Amino acid sequence: MNPLFYLGRGFIKFLRDSGGIFLFFWQAFFYSFSPPYRVRLFIKHMEFIGVKSWLVVALTALFSGMVTAYQVHHALVKFGGQSVLGGVVALTLTRELGPVLTAIMVVARAGSAITAELGSMRITEQIDALKIMAVNPVQYLITPRIWAAMIVLPLLTAMADLIGIAGGYIIGVMVLGIDHGIFIARMEDMVELMDLMSGIYKSIFFGAFIVAVCGYKGYFASGGAEGVGRATTEAVVISSVGILVADYILTTIFF
Amino acid sequence: MEIIKIKDLKKSFNSFQVLKGVNLSIPSQEITFIMGGSGTGKSVLLKHLVGLLKPDEGEIWFENQDITKLSERELEKVRKKIGLLFQEGALFDSLTVAENVAFPLKEHTKLSKREIEAKVEELLSAVELLPAKDKYPSELSGGMRKRAALARTLALNPQVILFDEPTTGLDPVLQITIMDLINKIKETYGLTCVVISHDLILAFKYADRMAFLYDGVIVEEGPPEKIRASAHPYVQRFLESVFLENKEEG
Ligand SMILES: Nc1ncnc2c1ncn2[C@@H]1O[C@H](COP(=O)(O)OP(=O)(O)OP(=O)(O)O)[C@@H](O)[C@H]1O
Ligand SMILES: [Mg+2]
Repeated sequence: MNPLFYLGRGFIKFLRDSGGIFLFFWQAFFYSFSPPYRVRLFIKHMEFIGVKSWLVVALTALFSGMVTAYQVHHALVKFGGQSVLGGVVALTLTRELGPVLTAIMVVARAGSAITAELGSMRITEQIDALKIMAVNPVQYLITPRIWAAMIVLPLLTAMADLIGIAGGYIIGVMVLGIDHGIFIARMEDMVELMDLMSGIYKSIFFGAFIVAVCGYKGYFASGGAEGVGRATTEAVVISSVGILVADYILTTIFF
Repeated sequence: MEIIKIKDLKKSFNSFQVLKGVNLSIPSQEITFIMGGSGTGKSVLLKHLVGLLKPDEGEIWFENQDITKLSERELEKVRKKIGLLFQEGALFDSLTVAENVAFPLKEHTKLSKREIEAKVEELLSAVELLPAKDKYPSELSGGMRKRAALARTLALNPQVILFDEPTTGLDPVLQITIMDLINKIKETYGLTCVVISHDLILAFKYADRMAFLYDGVIVEEGPPEKIRASAHPYVQRFLESVFLENKEEG
């Protein structure tokens, strides 16, 4: 068939999904300002997202910090600049790797679980059951998750920054023999509060984005168990790619 | 007196027309049985009555308003008055049986923790499910799930309850227990019941009125005596499947 047909169809689906996700997010967001306030669910989801993801985030951060130290050292040595290693590693982590890797790991662990859970609630009519009992399902299922993710992601990112820098320190100071005092001093010179905060702000955005995408895909899943599987895959792909694209845009515009 | 009036309701899914103009009045404080073959649209009809599905055409009148025209927010008010038991139960699988039954009470009443607990135990013993109260839905049999869902639907004492096959999959003794329970609640609280069922024997035992859905329309409707004497070929065939011997004797 005409390749333009597929291109057009893909484009329309993209537009429909983006619009849907955007509206879905704002709907859920505005419900946070009208009662009932679901504090208990909010705490439960913070625990779910945080506990499910912290270990994999920590491991990812540790090894990324270590490998970054090696690679950057390799480059710096060529012009004798290895003394700034601490600063470069810390900048890379706080500005980019910390927030982005954390977000991707949260997608893999918690985001996919959110889509699968909501999708199965949809196909077994549990979402309709909420409606029947006069409970607003978006407010019940999505709103607390959005807030939970927007709080937990920055916390996980801060942890990833710290552990990643520790990984860089281990390699830089203990393996590659850079002086402890110089490593720390360069880091203090080069990293400003704004660098740290730019990563944290990004992570708040990523948190909202992940729940919007994964929540939307699960909430509107259809087509039985197979449909839930498809929705989960789509949610993971869209959020991961979306995070990288959004990261680029946010970096060029704001930071 | 009718509490719900369905006027010329039509609904299609992807060009496949399921409801082709359903007209039906649900009398207040009585039990109306809706019967019909599998896949004829009984569940679809019930979901329209609580606004889970929107019709292509037609009206549904409840308390002087056409609920097909209401927004989600306005529907919430209607849904506090009309309960629905889903055919598959639709229990929350992250909650235990007791938590499922307590859910609507926590959401919509100001009862204390202890009062809710007492009410949940009362409901669960009425459906003979008290021993399973701390189990999760995935650990229950189909019939147990149905009864747990029934207890959850009864929790709020709505004015109208729509039961989508409340007794299917239960053993004969439990079928009677459940129908007696529904009947008792109807008598005590003046509840209006709409029951979907395939079971003619139960229908003739409990129904105040019966309606037959066939090929997207209600083909026969009225009190059981009228149904028995129906001349509609589909209704006759339905009746013959059970009452063949009676007919031959008579
Ligand atoms: N969401 C939907 N999308 C597409 N078709 C649907 C949908 N819901 C129901 N249908 C179709 O509508 C018809 C009626 O379905 P319904 O569930 O109301 O049957 P039923 O009378 O309740 O049958 P049963 O006695 O087996 O429960 C079926 O042919 C079904 O395929
Ligand atoms: Mg059905």
